[in-house]
Amino acid sequence: MPELSILGRRLPKVNSWAHLTGSAKYADDIILPRMLYGRLLRSTEAHARIKRLDVSRALAYPGVIAIVTGADMPEKMGIMPSTQDETALAVDKVRYVGEPVAAIAALDEDIAFDALSLIDVEYEPLEPILGIEEALTRDDVKIHDESKRGNVFKEVHLSFGDLDKAFAEADHVREDWFFFEGNTHAPIESHSCVANGEANGNVTLWTCTQVPHYLHRELEKVLGVPRARIRVIATPNGGAFGGKSDPFAHEFAACLLALRTKRPVKFTLDREEVFYAHRGRHPVKMRIKTGVKQDGEITGVHFQSWLDGGAYASYGIATTYYTGALLTVTYRVPAYKFDGVRVYTNKPPCGPKRGHGTTQPRYAFECQLDKIAEDLGLDPLEYRKRILQPANSRTVNDLRITTMGLGECLERVGEATGYSKKHGKLAPGKGIGLAGSAYISGAGLPIYWNEMPHSGATVKIDRGGGVTVYCGTAELGQGSDNMLASITAETLGVLPEDVHVVSGDTSLAPVDLGSYSSRVTFMAGNAVKDAASRLREQLVCVVAERLGVPAARVVTALGRVFDRDDPETGLTFVEAAVAAEARYGTLSAAGWYKPPPGIGGTFKGAGVGPTPAYSYQACVAEVRVDLETGVLTVDRMVTAHDCGRALNPVNVEGQIEGSMYMGYGEVIGEEQVFRGGLHKKPSLLDYKIPTSLDTPRLEAIIVESVDAEGPYGGKEAGEGPLNPAIPAIANAVYDAIGIRFDETPITPDKILDALAKKKVRVGPTGLDDDHDAKASLRRLNASTDARERKRDA
Amino acid sequence: MTKQLLTLRVNGERHTVAAEPHHTLLEVLREELQLTGTKHGCELGECGACTVLVDGVPILSCLTLPVQLGDAAILTVEGLATGATLHPLQTAFADEGAAQCGYCTPGMLMAAKALLDANPRPTRDEIAHAIAGNLCRCTGYTAIYEAVEKASRA
Repeated sequence: MPELSILGRRLPKVNSWAHLTGSAKYADDIILPRMLYGRLLRSTEAHARIKRLDVSRALAYPGVIAIVTGADMPEKMGIMPSTQDETALAVDKVRYVGEPVAAIAALDEDIAFDALSLIDVEYEPLEPILGIEEALTRDDVKIHDESKRGNVFKEVHLSFGDLDKAFAEADHVREDWFFFEGNTHAPIESHSCVANGEANGNVTLWTCTQVPHYLHRELEKVLGVPRARIRVIATPNGGAFGGKSDPFAHEFAACLLALRTKRPVKFTLDREEVFYAHRGRHPVKMRIKTGVKQDGEITGVHFQSWLDGGAYASYGIATTYYTGALLTVTYRVPAYKFDGVRVYTNKPPCGPKRGHGTTQPRYAFECQLDKIAEDLGLDPLEYRKRILQPANSRTVNDLRITTMGLGECLERVGEATGYSKKHGKLAPGKGIGLAGSAYISGAGLPIYWNEMPHSGATVKIDRGGGVTVYCGTAELGQGSDNMLASITAETLGVLPEDVHVVSGDTSLAPVDLGSYSSRVTFMAGNAVKDAASRLREQLVCVVAERLGVPAARVVTALGRVFDRDDPETGLTFVEAAVAAEARYGTLSAAGWYKPPPGIGGTFKGAGVGPTPAYSYQACVAEVRVDLETGVLTVDRMVTAHDCGRALNPVNVEGQIEGSMYMGYGEVIGEEQVFRGGLHKKPSLLDYKIPTSLDTPRLEAIIVESVDAEGPYGGKEAGEGPLNPAIPAIANAVYDAIGIRFDETPITPDKILDALAKKKVRVGPTGLDDDHDAKASLRRLNASTDARERKRDA
Repeated sequence: MTKQLLTLRVNGERHTVAAEPHHTLLEVLREELQLTGTKHGCELGECGACTVLVDGVPILSCLTLPVQLGDAAILTVEGLATGATLHPLQTAFADEGAAQCGYCTPGMLMAAKALLDANPRPTRDEIAHAIAGNLCRCTGYTAIYEAVEKASRA
């Protein structure tokens, strides 16, 4: 590959200046003439039938302009076409406290708020289902009538290789239970949107969404308005982390109210409402049985997960599969069985949060590997390095692995921290822990089945040398606009600041599936590179002809198109653009990307897990536990991340550091928990996200594997680095105080209790700890075996 | 409630607006003056996104009523640059990647400016204390420390 002029350099993001001067327009910053202000009425019941819903008193309140309810939008919707179980506003029934029931548009926010109390709702309370085992076993209460067994949303079983043989051949078999508590994204920007109803019946929606294209499809379905008449513009997201990747009630309500009033309508959720919108990390119970040889070589793994999905599907079918899909891509696993069950409960719906469904099993597996290393007397770092899944291989569940930098990541964090010298040798109360992990550079399949590209981009060059790139990606702060500008600039030989970016606009930009599953750099990056390369070819051809040299000798870099062998000879980019336009006509080209075939298997359920390239990462955490107060202090975290090629090292480091931070928060205390059906802490005062004073010293190490299929070698960086942070801390706590935390979060009260009772382990012993664990497991195995027999018959 | 006339000195300019007396400084800045650079994350004083400077002191504009301020000098992110020249904090934040999503950034810049005005060469610990009331969900704060340190050397 020729030397790069833009990529790999520590350049500021092209959109930094808007962020730093207050001129960036987030959704709530949009103020339009005649704009109305919306508020949602939310359910006060966890599970109830709506017996009566009367908006007449509210509608008569001065300043209220329009009100819509579930009856106005009864069409089922949801992000996954196969599991659409939601309506925009509740119809007939509510399934969690905080579920939107009605929406008001008024002249100002105060009026809208006051009028909420004038909507009369009569509920007939139903018994709420709040826990996993309750949801599995209670056939008498159905949150959704469609559940066949109890309140099961989805049950999946996958089996690869001969597991019985694997356990028979093992010298040592471990079985461990884990529980990962649910938690939420807590972006600093609450959800917000503005819809404008136009006189011709069109509607434009500005909204902080990660998925403008998927939202576009759902708006068409629910509003009954053709997509051609709807324009979705993703505004800069003030943080998202997965929490803005579902279609939401306020977006539908804003559009319908705008269409009815022919006025702009704004909805901005308050902080409490963001906790109800949720779609965050699923609480998951897990059981892992792993067989190993005396030297630690894994013979087989049986992984079981039970996910508490909350009231609706969201991405739940994918989340369920993700809990099992990626356990095989890090270390050699020759036989593997996965059973996953997701249940409905009467709580805000869970969905994808950074690391989507892979974070919980990775925590469990890396903690179990730490135990296995201890059982066998192995150094946890050297042990992991010995059992690595090789590069350019296929896993037992048929996932294609290309570049694989986990070994180097482990080495680098080991060197940076002196892990092997410290582990097991620090003073009482001090500990060091390690974990590895992996993530996808985008999902191999789109959310709805189709054969079209996953990412499209258009690039145009104007006569003055200006370049514009159009792509449907949503900017979340992850740096996607900068990535689009940088790859375009690199390919054409201009500077990123010469590139104007139009992103996230369904009317202007070609479809990109959205900013989720860490797919944008790899997929949109390849699409924009493809588009820009087509224009580059035109520039190169016309300049080669002009200079009388072979096209292969012509290079584009830093505003010039010139002869590689005689760099003084060439044209400026503007001259080359003029010559190319004169020769070929208007300079515009489209490019696209679709993952190659054969990256995954063909069995049912094989759609979740494949990706064109896996990222790898390892983390070491150093901790102190105060034996008097139980306070856990994480002094330092070091994460090395294999990102393919670091297209912008500042941004890659930012993603690694931010991921470590978020993982740290999840392990030391963030939890989305409930008292009955009521959220215990729906505010930033009670739901504590780490402040600057809480946050450990964070160190990011970039490991480059230069992926042959990635754009200029790049892979993902936004999600994977979160995953090893959590087990690294849990393993460090064990090293410090000899107590295994097989559940999250690890809070001072749990530590003190464990110390006082001289426990060696904190965590579940079965599916329901109030019951006999063995009986619980027997029941579950009986039910899953029965399902499998039925399937196999 | 009826609106009342209110004169505020914002970014060196006096503005007279009609506003509901119970509306917060944050609401008046954003909605009446359309200075939407100042953000809101909770409107309960928990997140720090709405931080502005009043006579050089960082305050939470979501918990402040404009009538409390009299003729005090209010500085928002829109007034941080001097004419066309960016404040050293702004360039340092760009260079170090200290703004990811950018939503906590205006408040963070204000808290950092107050710190540097009072303490031109802060230690990392002093920076951490100065921004302890400003939640950032993206960066893990490291890049913000580096940016403030860089600006302090500018």
